[in-house]
Amino acid sequence: MTTKLVIGTDGEGSGDRALSFATDLAKRIGDCELLVAYVIEWSPYSFQTAEENAQRHKRREEEISTAMERVVSPAVAALKEAGLAASGVVRHGDVANTLNNICETEGGHQIIVCRSSEGGITKRIFGSSTANLVMSATVPVTVIG
Amino acid sequence: MKIMNRALLAAAALGGALPAHAQEAMSLDEKVNSVFAQFTGPFVSLIFAPLPGTSFPWIVLWLVVAASVFTIYFSFVQLRYFGHSISLVKGDYSDPNDAGEVSHFQALATALSGTVGLGNIAGVAVAVGIGGPGATFWMILAGLLGMASKFTECTLGVKYRNEYPDGTVSGGPMYYISKGFKERGLPGGGALAILFSVFCILGALGGGNMFQANQAHAQIAGIVGDYPGWITGLVFAAVVFAVIVGGIKSIANVTEKVVPFMGILYVGAALIILIVNYDKIGWAFGQIFAGAFTGLGVAGGFVGALIQGFKRAAFSNEAGVGSAAIAHSAVRTKEPITEGFVSLLEPLIDTVVICTMTALVITISGQLIFDAETGQYVLNEAGNAIATEGGVGGVALTSAAFGASISWFPYLLAIAVVLFAFSTMISWSYYGLKAWTYLFGEGKTAELIFKIIFCVFIVIGAAASLGPVIDFSDAAIFAMAVVNITALYFLMSIVREELRSYSARLASGEIRKFAH
Repeated sequence: MTTKLVIGTDGEGSGDRALSFATDLAKRIGDCELLVAYVIEWSPYSFQTAEENAQRHKRREEEISTAMERVVSPAVAALKEAGLAASGVVRHGDVANTLNNICETEGGHQIIVCRSSEGGITKRIFGSSTANLVMSATVPVTVIG
Repeated sequence: MKIMNRALLAAAALGGALPAHAQEAMSLDEKVNSVFAQFTGPFVSLIFAPLPGTSFPWIVLWLVVAASVFTIYFSFVQLRYFGHSISLVKGDYSDPNDAGEVSHFQALATALSGTVGLGNIAGVAVAVGIGGPGATFWMILAGLLGMASKFTECTLGVKYRNEYPDGTVSGGPMYYISKGFKERGLPGGGALAILFSVFCILGALGGGNMFQANQAHAQIAGIVGDYPGWITGLVFAAVVFAVIVGGIKSIANVTEKVVPFMGILYVGAALIILIVNYDKIGWAFGQIFAGAFTGLGVAGGFVGALIQGFKRAAFSNEAGVGSAAIAHSAVRTKEPITEGFVSLLEPLIDTVVICTMTALVITISGQLIFDAETGQYVLNEAGNAIATEGGVGGVALTSAAFGASISWFPYLLAIAVVLFAFSTMISWSYYGLKAWTYLFGEGKTAELIFKIIFCVFIVIGAAASLGPVIDFSDAAIFAMAVVNITALYFLMSIVREELRSYSARLASGEIRKFAH
């Protein structure tokens, strides 16, 4: 049976560490597929002006294409170069919930993420995305320091 | 009206102490006011003309009849689908793959930021100050009926919006009137859409702009002391210009985040006052019900209360006006009617909840002078409104009512008024712009011209006295309703088909909740 690993990346240097760990793990497993996921933090309960709403669809498409172009596609290309089966996905939403949903929908067996780069008040009040993912995920999660 | 009259009197008293240029400035205010009243007078008279042989403005009947017709035509949709509306706002029926698009909640919040504001604070005070607590009853009734009007127009707003190749959208009555009439083979759609756009521009400049600037100035002047209105107008115009022309989104973003917080704070403060005065709530509701049918001595009796209640409700929640259809049309949904369900919560939140709280606080605060012996309210010297403690009216009455229980609240209210006014101006600048671009085409030059005109009217609104401004604001907003509701009568069968189809698929399970 093919093992599917979902790699959550934030496009920062720590995301690269998650990718290299996943590459190493995938090679050890053998029959393995990798899914690089980038989640754009977004809440359906945020407040926007009417003008922002009117342009939202356009902006969303731009955000997805930028994330795909700058973060996901280069990562997928690097994994394929290393001889692995890889694909990518960009989604909007709460990082922890969305990563878990992607994993469930795509039949993933494990999520690999790097340690969260969030800090300050947000982290203290709401907890980091990584911590939230670890607490709520329905599959095993590996956190790379 | 009393606020500014008092302000002018106070300024006259201070005249000797003011430098010469300030005195010239006051005369500039008066000049602006006189020219403004002269130009808008005939339009205002036409919109508020009474029904023959009565003092009842035909426009009020127009709105109430429309809301009642939609309520009956859609078999009390506001009650039957209330729970479903809440589910939609919560996102229960939103496809997770559409995350990042405008959600139902966001469309509702944006529309609310355009409606919740001075209408809830100053407008209610005007209604209760003139029509007595009884006006609240009619305001609540108008709010409940108005939910059906909002449902109708917002469904059509999404169904007939324009979606451009770059992904942006434009929607609103002008689009559903022209497209809907054409689809149904009805003549006159183009002309009606143009007429609506003209009134929408006037409404944006009136209620969405001058009234806001005017009341914000009154509130600031009430705290820092009197000074010429054009100064407030210039400051507001500069900030609005920076946002809508300069594209400085940070100001708009801050406002959009602070305004909901202010709204919650306002409702929270009202709740605290009501809890502290819980023993008077029963009495206040008694006054509301008694006043609704007897007037309790207010000018015009119970008809006066009814007119004020309906007028202020319409001005506050804008049901039937068509502005919300512009705001709600940006939502991403495959089912236009879902936005109709969501939008019907707007009059409920705006009028039934927030306006009622303001009215209750004013009633229990004792600011309205009540003669316990006769059981009637005491009229002011002019005999056109209830006498109040300190002779205040409008936003100053609300401020005094809250201040009677929470001494520092007027300062917070002043900040809230300024922010609400600013937020409403930003919303209405967009509504006006959409009407403008419908008439003159999408383009940077056309947009810039409207935005500059909008900013000029902020200065005029802040400088003019409340009387002509409030009359023109009401007239322009209600003129939009004349065209919009006419069109809704012709197009409501389309909404009924949508409702039938949707409810059948909802019942069969074809439309179901997504697991989040």
